This record gives sequence, structure tokens and C-alpha cells, in this order.
Amino acid sequence: MSVTQQIITIAVVVLGTMVTRFLPFIVFPSGKPTPKYIQYLGKVLPAAVFGLLIVYSLKNVNIFTGSHGIPELIAIAVVVLLHLWKRQMLLSIAGGTICYMLLVQLVF
Amino acid sequence: MKKGKMAALRAAFPYTIPIFAGFWFLGLTYGIYMNVSGFNFLYPCLMSLTIFAGSMEFITVDMLLGAFNPIQAFFMTLMVNARHIFYGISMLDKFKGTGLKKLYLIFGMCDESFSINYTAKVPIGIDKGWFMFFVTLLNHFYWFFGATLGGIFGSLITFDTKGLDFVMTAMFVVIFLEQWLKDKKHINAVTGLVLSTLCLFIFGKNNFMLPAMAAILIALTVMRKPLEKGGVA
Repeated sequence: MSVTQQIITIAVVVLGTMVTRFLPFIVFPSGKPTPKYIQYLGKVLPAAVFGLLIVYSLKNVNIFTGSHGIPELIAIAVVVLLHLWKRQMLLSIAGGTICYMLLVQLVF
Repeated sequence: MKKGKMAALRAAFPYTIPIFAGFWFLGLTYGIYMNVSGFNFLYPCLMSLTIFAGSMEFITVDMLLGAFNPIQAFFMTLMVNARHIFYGISMLDKFKGTGLKKLYLIFGMCDESFSINYTAKVPIGIDKGWFMFFVTLLNHFYWFFGATLGGIFGSLITFDTKGLDFVMTAMFVVIFLEQWLKDKKHINAVTGLVLSTLCLFIFGKNNFMLPAMAAILIALTVMRKPLEKGGVA
């Protein structure tokens, strides 16, 4: 990617983010009720999108070759267990990442 | 008025202390991640200032390393940040009467600023607008500070950073889990996971995002009646 393409990509991300933040204030002037369908999406979309993001962040993992996604699986289990145990976001993220780094550097 | 601003800053600061710890750590990691991915510190510095949406900035690093595809980048941003639309809807009334500050309050409405400004009880005698302004500004600064430092000092790191990119997965797993623990039913969460995985296998890693997003929107729309009945929504 050239620098110009990089700048365009970043600008597009900024624009997209701003659209999601400013849209309600433009589309729904205060006083009017929000459409039911939009309210519904507001409740069910976040969980589904977070699932999509997990898959996105793992898209380079190939379960058929290399380490078959085993280090990823172990590290995700560590994140989940740490989080269910302490419910400390930073601890879960740091613990899982360090575990993964150790696995791919020393074991696999 | 000057005094009022200082009082608002003093009232806002304690609310942002937990965010300081989090943004400092995640921002620093993000800056280091950009650095080890081969980007000058100006990238995390400017991106943390202009995008100011943590998960999206991690994803942008990945997009910058891939093929140029602004349309996918745009729609991906809309999907990832779609939740902000619902934050905005919740803040329509709270941001009323804050004058020009409203523009910055909307610009800087990340998850954390939203959750503080939505839930915090502004102390009596403190200007609500300035209070929310400083909450947003402090959070913005913490994130920018961490990201820039990470970008500058990332090159001084002498240990092997292989596998550091897992921080993005770990972050998403935690966010997903938090949402899971909050929800009563999980059909929508499972739908997101399953349809995304299916699309990844069908369309391949470079082309699966748009079909996955479309599939999720369609599936959730189709399932509206049963989901609303089941008490998810």
C-alpha cells in the first residue's frame, strides 16, 4: 500500500467512525421516538459483531497446517478462564497474550 | 466560568482513573503493535487522535498491512462501530444544551466515555457539559499518550514480540465474554460466531467480511420475532 492509499484507508475509517457517532443526532432529532427496528438492532447486534471480530482476528490461523490453531485455542481458553475467575479485563488480556507469546515462541 | 471549568475537571478526573489504567496499557500495546508492524510512531499518534475507537484502530493496522480496499474498510468500520449509533441514541437528551462542546462530545464518544457519561451522577453545582467534556478529553488524552509512547519506544523493546498480535484476539474475546455474561440469551452471539466462521470458509480470509456482515444483519432481521419473544431484545 502506498502512503496515499494508507491515508485514504485511515480517512475512511475516521469517516466511518464519525458516521456512527453523529448519525443519531442528525437522524433522530430529540423528542421523536426511535424506530423499533433500530432499537431491536441496538440490543442484538453488539454480541453478534463481537463474535465476528473474534473470527476476524483469527482469520490467518490455518487449522489444517502448521500448529493447527492449537496455541490460539489454548490462549483463548486462558483468557476465558482468567476472565471468569477475576473479571479483570486487563489481567485477562495480558495473561492470554503472554501465554500465547510463550506458546508460539517456545513450544510450537 | 474559569472556576466552573476547573471544578468540572476536578469532578471528572476520579471517574476516569480506571480508564487511565486501561487506556495506558492498551494504548501502549497498540503503539508497540504498530511499531513492530513497521509503522512510524506518527501513525499511532495521529490515528489515536483522529479515529479514537480502540478496536477499530487495531483492525486498521491489519487493513493497512493488507490490500487497498477502502470500500471494505468503510463498511467494516460501520459494522464494528455500529454500537456507537445506539450510544448516540441514549445520549440525545444528555448532550442537549452543551453548546459547541456537543461536537467534541459526539466525536469522542468511545465505549468508555459513553459508559461514564451515561452512568455518572454529575455532582451538584458542576456544569454537566464541562464535566462530560473533561471525561471525554481525559480519556482521549490517555489513549493518545499510550499509543504515541508505544509507537516511539516500541523499537527499544529487546524481547521477542512474536505473538504480540494475539492481544487483539484476547481483547475481542474479553469483550465478547462481557457481552455474553450480560445477555440472557445467546442466539445472536452464536449467530455472529457461526455465520462469520462459515463465511470465512466459503469466501476465504480476504473476502469474507462483507458477506459475513450481510449474513448477520439478515439473520438477525429474520430472527426478530422469535428473539423478541425469547426475551433477548
